[in-house]
Amino acid sequence: MPVRRKDYQLIEEIIPNGARILDVGCGEGDLLHALKLSKDVRGYGIELREDKIISCVSKGIQVHHGDMEQLLSVYPDESFDYVVLSRTLQEIKNPAKVLMEIVRIGKQAIVSFPNFAHWKIRVQLMFSGTAPKNPALPYEWYNTPNVHYLTIKDFYSFVRSHNIEVLRAEFFSGHKKVSLLPNLFGEEALFLIKARR
Amino acid sequence: MESREIVHTEKAIFENGLVLESGKAIKPLEIAYETYGRLNSAGTNAVLICHALSGSANAAFWHERAKKPGWWDMYIGPGKAIDTNRYFVVCSNVIGGCYGSSGPSTINPETGREFGLDFPVVTINDMVNAQVMLMEYLGIEKWLCVIGGSMGGMQVLSWAFHHSEKTRGAIPIATTMQHTAQQIAFNAVGRQAIMRDPNWNNGNYYGKALPFQGLAVARMIGHITYLSDEAMNIKFARRLREKEAYGYDFSIDFEIESYLDYQGDSFVRRFDANSYLYLTKAIDYFEIYSEIQDSESVKAMDVDFLVLSFSSDWLYPPSQVEEIAKFLESYNKDVSYCCISSDYGHDSFLLYNESQDRLIRGFLGHLYDNV
Repeated sequence: MPVRRKDYQLIEEIIPNGARILDVGCGEGDLLHALKLSKDVRGYGIELREDKIISCVSKGIQVHHGDMEQLLSVYPDESFDYVVLSRTLQEIKNPAKVLMEIVRIGKQAIVSFPNFAHWKIRVQLMFSGTAPKNPALPYEWYNTPNVHYLTIKDFYSFVRSHNIEVLRAEFFSGHKKVSLLPNLFGEEALFLIKARR
Repeated sequence: MESREIVHTEKAIFENGLVLESGKAIKPLEIAYETYGRLNSAGTNAVLICHALSGSANAAFWHERAKKPGWWDMYIGPGKAIDTNRYFVVCSNVIGGCYGSSGPSTINPETGREFGLDFPVVTINDMVNAQVMLMEYLGIEKWLCVIGGSMGGMQVLSWAFHHSEKTRGAIPIATTMQHTAQQIAFNAVGRQAIMRDPNWNNGNYYGKALPFQGLAVARMIGHITYLSDEAMNIKFARRLREKEAYGYDFSIDFEIESYLDYQGDSFVRRFDANSYLYLTKAIDYFEIYSEIQDSESVKAMDVDFLVLSFSSDWLYPPSQVEEIAKFLESYNKDVSYCCISSDYGHDSFLLYNESQDRLIRGFLGHLYDNV
């Protein structure tokens, strides 16, 4: 048994039975599939890769093959109880637009991302002078899918200036929760947010 | 060599006929169909396959002495994506066609001669209404899924939007909610090629010289739209046909010319020119997008969709096919969409493609398991 991703565990904790969920960048639909089994959710996904679409369809998950930045605008306001954007924010071209869309089409949204201000990254950059790597950011500079590096502090300042309310925030390193100085000690962050309507 | 399971096309005759959208009627109505597998006792495993412009009821298995199996044999059969050990599969020839269902080449009981242009113009919705009669005739209350590509995909959409209570799932493939001007234009040129053939004679050519030239040209134009630039380059490039150098005349120089010539010639041997007019007209008239705008029935519709397109299809480009999925999503309907990468253009849906196989297999399996 592979160890369950911590952000998935937290998402399962948050989402109530029978909810209607959109997972943006859903991959092979593992999260939605788990939520279907444990919480009987109605799961929908958006995914860019054809092979992953096939896996989703075989699992009975509704999935749309395409670019999330063009697709999200199709859905009416509050189409979903929750929109999930897990470990994807740092990979998208226009994160501001996507964040505004997910809080529009979701009554609430769950966003998780690797924190670029984790102390080890700061130390690496300071002392090795190379682009930082860690379990949450395992790539070289030239093959990373990550195009926007952000920190927990950056995210807070974004939500403040974009009229988004934070309902819950969780910080963790590996499987351990972090409560002290999260922007320094948290490798990853997960936020439950909603638009102030 | 695999054993060839032989199948036959059956015929259902409805003496009371069918009233069409135009107000005219086909009476009696004849529907040619084939079935594979068995309807289970709960009646929950029936799958309808809708064929495209040049298809027939022979979707799978072999007719006696046939050189090829049915047109979607690679997807339908024991253990295949549409598993005949599991599902009861039905495919019928569309009305207006020329493979056994009522069409312009069937005999008008009033005159004892072929209908020709006296046959009423049919629509995609009419084709589906005829299939509804066949469905009742076969004792099926609800399809597990309706599946089809191109013109078959239009029938799938008509089923899903106009008879949503009669199907659980729908797989429209490489199709559209309505033709654009360019798509109508290609069909119009095909029709003109036929109607400008002197042998066409206002559709009264049965028993005389047939409008082969016109139909062959229509098919050639169609075939260009079914392939893609990539597919033609892979298959033909600029290669010459049985020649080392240009002939400097107007005989066939290029492989692609020879291929189109062959496609045209083999098509006229198996297809009726008037049916080509009727079916392309039905395709051009199809406009389900306008029929269902703001309709309450869309909101009430409970059908699971799998919408498929092919990356190199330029007759129904992925962006146009995707509009179907986006439309459904704008109503928060259950829909999956996949653009399958393939070099073979619109024809891709008729060829074996592993992604298409796995998507249909997975979607159907899931529908069936959740009945």
